[in-house]
Amino acid sequence: MFKFAIWIIFAIVIVLLPQFFSSLLSVSILNQMAIAIVFALSYNMLLGQGGMLSFGHAVYFGLGGFMAVHALLGIEDGNYSFSVTLIPLVGGLFGLLAALFIGSFSTHKAGTVFAMISLGVGELIAASSLILVSFFGGEAGVSGDRTYGPTFFGYDFAQDLQVYYLAAAWMFIATLAMYLFTQTPAGRMANAVRDNPERAEFIGYSARRVRLISFVMAGFFAGIAGGLFAVNYEILTEQNLNAVTSGNVLLMAYIGGLGFFIGPMVGAVVLTLVNSVLSHYTTLWMLYLGIMFVLTVMFLPSGLTGFLMMHRTPWHLGKIRLLIKPYIVTAIPGAVFALSLVAMVEMAHTSEAEFVFLGASFNSSGPMSWGVLVAIALASFIALRRSLPQLREAWAQANAIETGDQP
Amino acid sequence: MSLLQLQGLSKQFGDTKIIRDVNLEIQPGEKHAIIGPNGAGKSTLFHLISGRYHVSSGSILFKGSPIHNRSPFEITRLGLARSFQVTNIFPLLSVFENVRCALLWSMGYRYSFWHLLGKARALNTRTEELLEEIGLHARRNLPAGELAYAEQRALELGIAIASGAEMILLDEPVAGMSHTEATNAVALIRKVTAGKTLIMVEHDMNIVFDLADRISVLVYGEIIASDVPSKIRGNPRVQEAYLGEVVPGGSDA
Repeated sequence: MFKFAIWIIFAIVIVLLPQFFSSLLSVSILNQMAIAIVFALSYNMLLGQGGMLSFGHAVYFGLGGFMAVHALLGIEDGNYSFSVTLIPLVGGLFGLLAALFIGSFSTHKAGTVFAMISLGVGELIAASSLILVSFFGGEAGVSGDRTYGPTFFGYDFAQDLQVYYLAAAWMFIATLAMYLFTQTPAGRMANAVRDNPERAEFIGYSARRVRLISFVMAGFFAGIAGGLFAVNYEILTEQNLNAVTSGNVLLMAYIGGLGFFIGPMVGAVVLTLVNSVLSHYTTLWMLYLGIMFVLTVMFLPSGLTGFLMMHRTPWHLGKIRLLIKPYIVTAIPGAVFALSLVAMVEMAHTSEAEFVFLGASFNSSGPMSWGVLVAIALASFIALRRSLPQLREAWAQANAIETGDQP
Repeated sequence: MSLLQLQGLSKQFGDTKIIRDVNLEIQPGEKHAIIGPNGAGKSTLFHLISGRYHVSSGSILFKGSPIHNRSPFEITRLGLARSFQVTNIFPLLSVFENVRCALLWSMGYRYSFWHLLGKARALNTRTEELLEEIGLHARRNLPAGELAYAEQRALELGIAIASGAEMILLDEPVAGMSHTEATNAVALIRKVTAGKTLIMVEHDMNIVFDLADRISVLVYGEIIASDVPSKIRGNPRVQEAYLGEVVPGGSDA
């Protein structure tokens, strides 16, 4: 009943979101988020749930997307007539077929073998996309137009907001379907095979077949995400199936948290925001993204969701307030330290003589500016280190179960 | 008819012969123990029967049909299950999920992605019963990797018997346990394998002579004797080859 309520709330939230974020820019970001959520969740069917590290998941996203654009073109030419709302399904089915073919030989083993095959296939498809011009359109890609075909209850999808409702509906259905998959025998055996493929064989399951099922499902949902991308942007290029896109979806799933169903959703939302907001302010956003990934791997191995979930015990014990002050005491020097580093990186990068950062003006080639920034960085770093023992102690206290206190 | 027949079974790795021309018949309902010094090939024999290794020559018949060189999952589906010497469970899944996964195939769910486990009432009831039987009901929600050693061994046994297999192979089920734990484990084995055919490898002679109807002695890959416990005790070849000068009866480390 509780779970059912969560899905209802989720549906209400995605319906209401454009009321609060109605500008063209925010609707376009919301569309990106919806697509990224489906894509990242499909990736986690491989990595988080199935233990298959893929470096080429964009292949199924891209192939689905290209097929969807061709379907859009087919509708435009009058070859067939169906609603644009079904385009993501075209992408999904093509992604499924591609995954069925590639999975038939790549899911034999997990681990390094699988990872290397996924990398190889990814490069292969990305390279051939520039050669097979009739399907992939070469460097220019393939573009279509989503406004043809029969309208859907008056929607012709000329506006981004209408596309949002289409993407949100598909995202909701796909999310629900992927969640339900985790609750089925095949979904649960995917976890078992991830944990111990050998023992899975001794309880009657072919580890390979279990992996293949997850792989095909992941391909299907990645294809749906690709189809949504096609409807949203009306163009697909080689970039949509190359290693960068594959790497990006890995980042989303990992930073969000592989061990939780909502982890990749959190990652997709956060990274989409980071990408679109940061790229407005700095050309170095890829660098910061990379650093964020490394820090997550080092300090938050279970991702942002894992970090939030760590607070369940203090929350149940009613001790969460013990953590507020230590968090602030640590966060302030932490933020200052991070910003001073960012300032130095940006100052080294700028070609202008005057460098303005957060309202402060620096001479980008003056030793004084560097001296000041290094001093701030050092001071804040020392303050950060000093604050950590208190935070640790507060954490231990907040998690301590006193007698008679056990939940 | 014998439930399991090994006929001229051999296994070699490179030039090293681990199993040499083993012939053995196991009758339905029999509790059979395989003993022998370290390196005699007991675990290898289990790996051959359960499909983990391919045979070099010879054949293995289960219920009259050949099973050698078939995949472990095919052999398991025919009703021949096994446990492992080194605990082999699903460490991140809960204890409950471990047992439930082990039940899935035999309850006909196959690779289904259209059944919801939460609504599979018979499956969940059976899982609870099994947890009760192996004494892990209180631990049902714990990740299996966090169980104590003896509990993991109990779970190992639970996973092996879950499929309801007619024949169960147990590879050193009480190895590494304290005396009390071992006593409990033997009682558990007796309970859950009642009416089934059992083959076990075990070093603890008390347990072997306690549980087994028949004992085979494996030395350097050959079965040198196969008989009822009382005859094995008195067999001079066995005493010489395996037990040294000591007559079995005391605890064997």
